[in-house]
Amino acid sequence: MVRPDTFQEVRASLAGLSDEQLEARFWELSGACVEPLVELARTHTSPSIERSVLMRMGLDSRTCMAVVSETEKRGWLGHGAGHLVWLCMQAWDCDAPAAAARLAAGEGWDIADAKWGGAK
Amino acid sequence: MSDASRPRPADKPLDPNEKLDVASLLDGLEHYRPRRSGWHWRERLAHQHLYEFDYEETSAGLKNSVPLPAAHYFDNIDPQPDCVVTTEIASGRPEDDIRRMRMAAWHGADHMMVIRTAGQSHMDGLLEGTPEGVGGIAVTRKQCRLTRRALDLIEDEVGRPINFHSYVSGVAGPEIAVMFAEEGVNGAHQDPQYNILYRNINMYRSFVDAAVAKHVMAAAGIVQIDGAHNANATAVKAWKVMPELLVQHAINCAFSTAVGMRKEQIALSTVPPDAPPAPCMRMDLPYAVALRDLFGEYKMRAQQNTRYMESDSREATVSHVMNLMISRLTSADIQSTITPDEGRNVPWHYNNVAAVNTAKQSLIGMDGLREIVKIDRENPEFKARVRELKERAVLFLEAMLRDGGYFAGVEQAYFVDSGEYPETHDDGIARCSDGGVAEGTIVQRANDYMAPVCHHFGENHLPQGFRGRDFCEAAPCDLIGGCTLCDDSKVPFIDELDPVDNVNVRLAATAEMRERGLIKPEVQWAGDGYVAVTMFLPAAERVAEAAALELGRAMNLVDVEVIHRQVMHPAEGTLVEIKGRLDVAIDPATLVIPEKPVPLTDEEIRAFVATKHLRCVAATVGEDEHSVGMREIIDIKHGGIEKWGFACTYLGTSVPVEKVLDAAIEHAAQVVLISTIITHGDMHRENMEKLADLAAEKGVRDKLLLIAGGTQVSDKQARAWGMDAGFGRKTKGVDVASFIVETMRERGM
Repeated sequence: MVRPDTFQEVRASLAGLSDEQLEARFWELSGACVEPLVELARTHTSPSIERSVLMRMGLDSRTCMAVVSETEKRGWLGHGAGHLVWLCMQAWDCDAPAAAARLAAGEGWDIADAKWGGAK
Repeated sequence: MSDASRPRPADKPLDPNEKLDVASLLDGLEHYRPRRSGWHWRERLAHQHLYEFDYEETSAGLKNSVPLPAAHYFDNIDPQPDCVVTTEIASGRPEDDIRRMRMAAWHGADHMMVIRTAGQSHMDGLLEGTPEGVGGIAVTRKQCRLTRRALDLIEDEVGRPINFHSYVSGVAGPEIAVMFAEEGVNGAHQDPQYNILYRNINMYRSFVDAAVAKHVMAAAGIVQIDGAHNANATAVKAWKVMPELLVQHAINCAFSTAVGMRKEQIALSTVPPDAPPAPCMRMDLPYAVALRDLFGEYKMRAQQNTRYMESDSREATVSHVMNLMISRLTSADIQSTITPDEGRNVPWHYNNVAAVNTAKQSLIGMDGLREIVKIDRENPEFKARVRELKERAVLFLEAMLRDGGYFAGVEQAYFVDSGEYPETHDDGIARCSDGGVAEGTIVQRANDYMAPVCHHFGENHLPQGFRGRDFCEAAPCDLIGGCTLCDDSKVPFIDELDPVDNVNVRLAATAEMRERGLIKPEVQWAGDGYVAVTMFLPAAERVAEAAALELGRAMNLVDVEVIHRQVMHPAEGTLVEIKGRLDVAIDPATLVIPEKPVPLTDEEIRAFVATKHLRCVAATVGEDEHSVGMREIIDIKHGGIEKWGFACTYLGTSVPVEKVLDAAIEHAAQVVLISTIITHGDMHRENMEKLADLAAEKGVRDKLLLIAGGTQVSDKQARAWGMDAGFGRKTKGVDVASFIVETMRERGM
């Protein structure tokens, strides 16, 4: 939409605000703007986020990529790739890199399958 | 974060006379761990006295540094400004980046911002190894670790902590953030709006990823710089984009604090939007003030203007000095620099140093200025404009919320419109919420979503009844026996994945040069051979360009390109700068280098002068009113020859040669010092010859040492024109005194 500079007309609603009130309004609006963005982020995840979880579990980038790709393909990303590795750690009584290496080699996906109701 | 049980290379401190040994820095890199994490701000000194001056806005000096060129007039002091100074490094090769960082650190940079290779922001995952980048570097764990290892040594060499910085933007933001936290990276760009507007990465993915990345950065103490300056660099008319810049800063700030960042960890990337011939200071100052009013609790990263940067490095430097004046009149916590050649090519390393020196020179030159030169905030035009910018930003936010919020606003091309909001030209950047790179890749977290690691943002359903204890306060990582952010020994390392494109192969190609110490010009990479040549050609622009290319080839340059041209007059001529590769290496063993004269000791000079009762007569000869140089050579206050007991008679300026000689005879002086400027009319030569001839005529030539000095005087010429010696620029009293003593001894005078 092309619109001429209507500043003088539309500023009428702000004219009565003191500088402090104007600045407070600026931050109130900014907060309102990001609120739904924060909520979206709080309740969602992504392949990169899940790889970042596996990295923090001590996995190298290639293993992170292999495990998250397969998790995503099976539709289980929403449970957490770290969750999956953790389940395998318990089942196999091993550390995270060892569990992830076996997952990357194709083992252990049945453990999650039993829990999350089969591959999608 | 450290684990003492792991073998760690103990690095030998750098020797200022030795080059960085890249091979030894690569050796054992898999075990190297950064020794600290988090950002370092310079400690501002309330007052500092250096040489004869008082400073109000400086920080502690460096252990090793190269001061500004004029510093030798000021006892070689090298005052450091109070703010962090950034240099942007983009060689594309980590082994060359670190050499450049060392040079920049010696000139005062303590924020090394490594630009990423083109395209990395679209890679959904991490790169490994050391592949060569284009316009920047492939940011990888190995590259970060090598760089941090070098910087750990460099910061010891200069005596100030150095911040290492790169980018946590793009599709792989959360992974890069974790890797940076693990590798001791201290600062990073992170702004989801940058992904959306300039990289066309899906908007949902950008914000979902950003929250996790920012939360990790917060935990690691990494300082965040936002991406708002890009709107300035992209805008059709940069002076119209100011309200939107305020909005972009606010969205990133509000989002960052909501996901756990502290305000003092967040720096706004702010650029004075305009440049001459616009009256830019008057246009940009109200914006700078409005920004600092609204964002007073945040840090300011003052960037320099790139929007109006052409190939003229002089023009760029003047614009940047004006940017620096805005920093000094308002505030800057981080002063970024742009190399003056960025309008020509990927920055060359000596231009990193040039940009850092522009910042240091200007900031120190304007030290304390704000105490006496203040912005007149009550000036009606200024006051109204500051208010107007804030109101326009508020109107922007109100309308965007009315129209459905941020995502809707982006879909409706609210951003980077060439109108000053509420004016719109319908030419902003529009992105679809269901489009862009990595569209459709975010997933809702299930009711049992779980991530058994620390510093993870968002819903995280740890097992019921679980309580961590051993590691972090929150300690979800107790579930797995510790995560990499709590237990440094768990950080993995991948070496090279590409057998051809890596640092070892590149170093092998230049091994002979290093081993034999061969010298080849370079601007970007070791041995690249590039040189620049400046020439004035008496021809019109297009003809001059073609002629310059031909001249470059005649100089044996290959890959010759014009990098700058400026019309001096449409018919009279054009200034042209070319670059080209010179495939020649010099073996220093073949060079004949005259030995550097070693000055005598104070005691030796003083004893000789006392025994011989040395007297000298000094004057500036010809029609010349310059006296500064001569006073530096004779005055005791400036370390001149009076210091060792010489009795000096200074006759003044514009003294005829005859009078100088008469005075020498009258005072029974043994030494005559004349100062002269180089003239087009050869007067300097005539004066020297006349002095020598007159002395011979009067029969006193053997009893006198005749010495000429001046900024462009050469010893060889002066001797050819009858003098006993000539002294040029940078001569000190001790050089002249040593010469006098040694020559008189030799001649038995």
